[in-house]
Amino acid sequence: MNKKIYLDNASTTPVDEKVLKAMEPYFNEKYGNPSSIHSFGQEARVGIDDARQKVADFLNCEAEEIIFTGSATEANNIFILGVLNSYEDSHVITSPIEHDAVLETVKESGADFTVLPVDKNGFVSLEDLEEAINEKTVLVSIMYANNEIGAIQEIKKMGELISKKNKDRERKIRFHTDAAQAAGYLNCDVDSLNVDGLTLSGHKIYGPKGIGALYKNSSVDIDPIIFGGGQEMGIRSGTYNTPLIVGMGKAVELIEKEREKEKTEKLRDYLIDQVLKLKGTSLNGPRKRRLSNNANFSFEGAEGESIVLMFDQEGVAVSTGSACSSNNLEASHVLRAIGLKDLEAHSSLRVSLGRNTTKKDIDFFLELLPKIITSLRKISGR
Amino acid sequence: MKKSYSDKAMKHFLNPENMGEIEDADGVGEVGNPRCGDLMTIYIKVKDDTIKEMRFKTLGCAAAIATSDMICEMAQGKKIEDALKITFQDLVDNLGSLPQTKVHCADLAQKGLKAAVEDYESKK
Ligand code: FES
Repeated sequence: MNKKIYLDNASTTPVDEKVLKAMEPYFNEKYGNPSSIHSFGQEARVGIDDARQKVADFLNCEAEEIIFTGSATEANNIFILGVLNSYEDSHVITSPIEHDAVLETVKESGADFTVLPVDKNGFVSLEDLEEAINEKTVLVSIMYANNEIGAIQEIKKMGELISKKNKDRERKIRFHTDAAQAAGYLNCDVDSLNVDGLTLSGHKIYGPKGIGALYKNSSVDIDPIIFGGGQEMGIRSGTYNTPLIVGMGKAVELIEKEREKEKTEKLRDYLIDQVLKLKGTSLNGPRKRRLSNNANFSFEGAEGESIVLMFDQEGVAVSTGSACSSNNLEASHVLRAIGLKDLEAHSSLRVSLGRNTTKKDIDFFLELLPKIITSLRKISGR
Repeated sequence: MKKSYSDKAMKHFLNPENMGEIEDADGVGEVGNPRCGDLMTIYIKVKDDTIKEMRFKTLGCAAAIATSDMICEMAQGKKIEDALKITFQDLVDNLGSLPQTKVHCADLAQKGLKAAVEDYESKK
């Protein structure tokens, strides 16, 4: 087989060598429980404090405002349920293209909710947001950049709108954004974004899996949903997972240094231009205000899972929002929300670039693509 | 490594020998999968109540393509009544294994053949 090419970085990224190195000592050298006062515990504690500071620096907030969690999903749950549970009779606003970790949590919360519409590119409008706010509203959760179609929301403007509304409200509205996909490419200064809550994921930014972080503004009181030893300011009990926390800190620290936004964007634009030359092809999601590493297409007459498997045969990893490849046999809720017809969602393909993606990789993908699509069109007769 | 698609199923997906169309088919069956949006057309050529030739066109996942190909392979040369007895389990067994969620695709192949036979009988 040819060399393997990984174009599924929105799904997960490899752990950076430097991250791995930073984590290593915390498995069996500095293995103390950070809650212990002896030297074993304290040297582990240093690793955690240091990681927390790195994340705080990246987000431009206080270290005490960072809560390490077991995943981005958990961070979303903790913030959303934490805010909603501390009110009776509450209302929350979200979008239809959120990750399930937000959508399902909102639905399960028992609170009233409004799912705002999105346009064909996946954008939420400020007017719709403003209109949806009512006197019961306590939370707005809108994702920073979408994992499937890359749409970047106007988080800063939404944050401004919400703070303005809050001026003459007794019941404050908290604004949360899931930045799991955005963190690698977009400004995450919580102060300038005007957000009260922000979610990060380790494994989307070349850190380890099994770790997330939640920024929670110190003015926001939330009820914990996990009880125990009171770690993480009482909000997320459970023994500190030192190696993963250290890995998360290192991964966040490396973001700015390793960020090659322009390079990635140039490669991605080249990819889109070339792919669209193929007949019967369309781009899903916006052309502008799109996450630098994301591309998503539909190919008439070919089904997504089949496309993915044919690429896999050639050593190339990509993904699809086709119903055939999901467990519940439903097409991606994101693609449906932006108005794709079943058949278009059925034929979708997401290509997500990463730090290690080269022009050669993209060219190899482009060389295979017409062959694969043609052969599937032959099989489908369409 | 345990794969969700067996090697044999992958072979039928990557190189489906029975794909295509029969221009002067005696029966054509068109079916779709309401659950995931797949489309399948089955063409049969019949002589003396026997399926002489069978072809398919499928827009769908690897399992749908592989089972389409397999049902053609299995049905060709069989009496119609015997071909209709091919069960979904027969298809899966012959292909090795398919991912759990994909069993309904094998169902589709069976329905496609049935529709083609019905079309043939209605024209008789
Ligand atoms: S054809 Fe859609 S899941 Fe098999």
